[in-house]
Amino acid sequence: MSTCSVSKGCFVFKPSPKKRRVSQKTVHFGERKDSGDTDLQFVTCQALWNQIKQELEQIQEDLNKQLLDNLESFLRRSHSEFQAKTTEWTYRMKSREIPTAALVLGVNVTDHDLTFRSISEVLQQNVTPYIALLEAKDCTGIKNLMQKLMGQLMNCYIDVDSLEDEDNVQVSHNRIRCSMTSLVNWYEGVTKKTSSETPSKKRTSSSRHWLSSPIVVIFKDMESFTTKVLQDFIVISSQHIHQLPLVLIFGIATSPMIIHSLLPHSVSSLLCIELFQSLSCKEHLSTVVDKLLLTTQFPFKLGEKVLQVLINIFLYHDFSVQNFIKGFQLCIVEHFYSQPLSILCCQMADVKTRVNSLSHEQCENVRRLPSFRRYVEGQVSENQIALLTADNYLKEVVQKLLEDLHVYHENYIPVLRCLHVLTSSLPKYPLGKQIRELHCMCLEDQVWETEEYESALQLARMLNKSDLVNVLQQCVEIFVSSAVKEFDQTVEKLKEFLTQFQKLEVAEAFQERDVSVSSQKELQKKTDLYHLQKSLLELKESRRSKKLTKFEMLRFEVVDYIDGLVRSYLAPADHKTLHEVVYFNTPSVLREHLNAAPRIALHTALNNPHCYLKAFSTVVTAAEGPDAASSDQVDDIIHARFIRAVSELELLGFIKPSKQKTDHVARLTWGGC
Amino acid sequence: KKKEFVSTTPYRLRKRLAAPNPYLESESEYSASCSEEEDEEDQKEVNTVLSSRKTPGKTKAASTPPPKNTLTKKNKEDKMNKLVEEYFEAHSSSKVLTSDRTLQKLQKRRLNQQTLHDLLKKAPLAYADEIKELNQQHGSLFSKWMLQLNLGFNIVLYGLGSKRDLLEKFRTSVLQDSVHLVVNGYFPGITVRSILNSITEDVLDHIGTFRSLLDQLEFIMKRFKEDSSLELYVLIHNLDSQMLRGERSQQILAQLSSLPSIYLIASIDHINAPLMWDQAKLSLYNWLWYETTTFSPYVEETSYENSLLVQQSGSLALSSLMHVLRSLTLNARGIFRLLAQYQLENKDNSSYPGLSFQDFYQQCREAFLVNSDLTLRAQLTEFRDHKLIRTKRGADGVEYLLIPVDDSTLTDFLEKEDEDV
Repeated sequence: MSTCSVSKGCFVFKPSPKKRRVSQKTVHFGERKDSGDTDLQFVTCQALWNQIKQELEQIQEDLNKQLLDNLESFLRRSHSEFQAKTTEWTYRMKSREIPTAALVLGVNVTDHDLTFRSISEVLQQNVTPYIALLEAKDCTGIKNLMQKLMGQLMNCYIDVDSLEDEDNVQVSHNRIRCSMTSLVNWYEGVTKKTSSETPSKKRTSSSRHWLSSPIVVIFKDMESFTTKVLQDFIVISSQHIHQLPLVLIFGIATSPMIIHSLLPHSVSSLLCIELFQSLSCKEHLSTVVDKLLLTTQFPFKLGEKVLQVLINIFLYHDFSVQNFIKGFQLCIVEHFYSQPLSILCCQMADVKTRVNSLSHEQCENVRRLPSFRRYVEGQVSENQIALLTADNYLKEVVQKLLEDLHVYHENYIPVLRCLHVLTSSLPKYPLGKQIRELHCMCLEDQVWETEEYESALQLARMLNKSDLVNVLQQCVEIFVSSAVKEFDQTVEKLKEFLTQFQKLEVAEAFQERDVSVSSQKELQKKTDLYHLQKSLLELKESRRSKKLTKFEMLRFEVVDYIDGLVRSYLAPADHKTLHEVVYFNTPSVLREHLNAAPRIALHTALNNPHCYLKAFSTVVTAAEGPDAASSDQVDDIIHARFIRAVSELELLGFIKPSKQKTDHVARLTWGGC
Repeated sequence: KKKEFVSTTPYRLRKRLAAPNPYLESESEYSASCSEEEDEEDQKEVNTVLSSRKTPGKTKAASTPPPKNTLTKKNKEDKMNKLVEEYFEAHSSSKVLTSDRTLQKLQKRRLNQQTLHDLLKKAPLAYADEIKELNQQHGSLFSKWMLQLNLGFNIVLYGLGSKRDLLEKFRTSVLQDSVHLVVNGYFPGITVRSILNSITEDVLDHIGTFRSLLDQLEFIMKRFKEDSSLELYVLIHNLDSQMLRGERSQQILAQLSSLPSIYLIASIDHINAPLMWDQAKLSLYNWLWYETTTFSPYVEETSYENSLLVQQSGSLALSSLMHVLRSLTLNARGIFRLLAQYQLENKDNSSYPGLSFQDFYQQCREAFLVNSDLTLRAQLTEFRDHKLIRTKRGADGVEYLLIPVDDSTLTDFLEKEDEDV
């Protein structure tokens, strides 16, 4: 069947049912030329991604927990007042204030969906079944808003006791005139019904809900609602607040001030607003980076440039953690798709079996890796021959190398954290405020060779004691919690430093008094000018040479020790053999697929002389033979091609017909009007 | 002296004067003359005024003539007035001279669609080999696309050249065994509703209508969420076409594409196409961008009569008009002729609203075509049913009648009618 038609624009193709594909997933990694165990690659990829996804959900949940708890208790409070009808409530009822939660979520609008979803889920579970999520695009007028609101509320009523016929209700709610009164009636009916129901049934269905649950209306994107709709809704519902325990939640992307600029005082005074702040997206990202990248839990790693691209997209384009994760997912897919050896990018427990089952071709792939070649070149000649010829020997070595790589990561992360603790307390943050910046620097090159590192150490050598002790204590914690055996000694050493500092404290007090007393005595003793001058000079000299007090010596020692750790553990990953197996380092792929520039593509395509020749060969041919076509008759083909060129330009949006003059077009891009 | 003054003239003004006006010389002369007469202080003042605002400066200079040598002053004043006039004349109309050689004057007649198509087929495709190679390169991406579609991404293709053939190849080589929907976005009659309709009717086998697009979308989303075995590949050629680029259409398509079991692969061509999407839509679409520059001509995409140079107004409209009218009574044809003639008489009037019903009735009566208001109405209903006319209400509530056909077709039609009679 063809998909060209002059009467139709949509074509549906349905294969006969028996031909329908049975298993889809297995096919996808196949059909490629390079050798490799494509199925295994895909399975590993999927397993890894699922694991990461779970972790991400966990992170999300943890991050939202605080916010949700606060929100829940707020709802409880506003609700209890309604139920108890305390004096305060009656006061409120008089003044018609609607309890409102203003949720400041930040500019990354795309991430809000997830937050709202979890909010409504949690609230539905713990607080109330009556939740309506409103979006500005559905609520162009107050009528649409009420329709949407009632639709959602009444559907959720069905969910509570789902025995009722769905269609029946759906039709009826379409018929109900959408007004606040009908909403009040409905609410009264529902609450009466649930309270008149046998208590046992109610316990099972909504045991955790309170007796008369509040109605929660969430405005997802408060800023995009038209002010009139919002105002009307608030004014109308404030009239009914004594019959309807309404609670509003405003999702705000900018700042809480927006409420006052959107709503006039007369309306905002009807709200009793409480502010809730969600975690900023930057902190969210830090957590994600921390939990996904700076851990040995996941074998997959991002290369420096790739990470930089992802972070740049985040910082300069959208502030969206979701997009960051999407990019991360793409990295994983690309890595497993393009790297046949990625099957070795798995948990350490599986490495042995996987290495042992490597095929000969896979072994050849290993030998082709640049980092492995470097490794081979560093070996003695017999060893070189063995590595290049004997598969079994190669497998042994590969296994060992992979274990080394794993150990490297295990060591890398705690040391990185320690360095971060040290440098993030320095003024002006020479090595960056965030650990991800430091991570990038370490991945990029040998960090100890950079100027920034040099200046950071210099600043660290000037830290005061309390700060330094603080840093040391944090480092000890990090090493202890990392539970890497290799660092036992380090911990000991750091602890020793700490006790030395403590001892110093006592000793210093004595010494200082000593010095000051003795020098003072000296000054008092000699009185003539020459001697005074001389003694002052001496004093100065001694201070310069004796500048290294015990504390200073110790401080130097500590900084040097940390420097030593950095030098031995923070070597960039691409110096490690077989790093290609676990590191994805093709930033161009990401840039191309996530941050595409169609304009540039068009531009280069048209800049290409090859294409010019093709698209505008009419010009050439016309220029070639003015004498040949001296008659007014234009060659048909050239004419037709010219027509096509014009229509193509129009399709691409370079020109548009101008209405003012016949046969004229307006140029739209590249210096047009 | 002269030079320094020139430099104080606002740059913008200088530039504007410089382009169309040959009097740049006199402009500086005028400036110089001013500074000759005024003393230092005054000059400074004029200077500042001039640089801040052009016209006040001029009027000030004109309104405070110093008493000495009035004659020269007057002379200069004349000159200046002339200059002012020149200035405003130059800026009164933004008319730029354009050639009046329109395409109408070409000896060549405008080609119609069919001949154009035939001619182009004959024209050799330049660099065919290279283009073929390029396409083969793109073809190797198919399996990757399938993988990424299945992992929840959607794919958008961009770059110069028609991507229709590429997508067709993708469809025929990979999608044969799965349910898929092809949407020709460049089709002038395409709407989001028709896309949704073909999903509900043909894919989901649903009979019945929906109150609104959102309802329909909700229904589709519900069905796809409930039944995890349902999968649909959607191919959209030209997602950025005139008909689909609207905000609402894009929102609906984005929501559709965000379903995990709907896989969207689309192409865009317009240079500003990415502007259609804001952050929210982008996150719904979850695009992966692929540059697939093919350099192949947009044959299908430009084939619907929308080109500037192709003979407009298809013969289709004309023939259908003739066809319908042949089957009507003589009086009915007369009525239509009247309306058509009236419309042609008013073709230069861009704000022509149509012929009001009352006037039309009067004319028809005078031509003995109808005898009552009712018969005319019955006749008009028939026309309307055949979509020969359109009625609309003006601001004053009067009903206006229009023939929704462009003027050249109408002229052709009248000529043909005259031949017949």
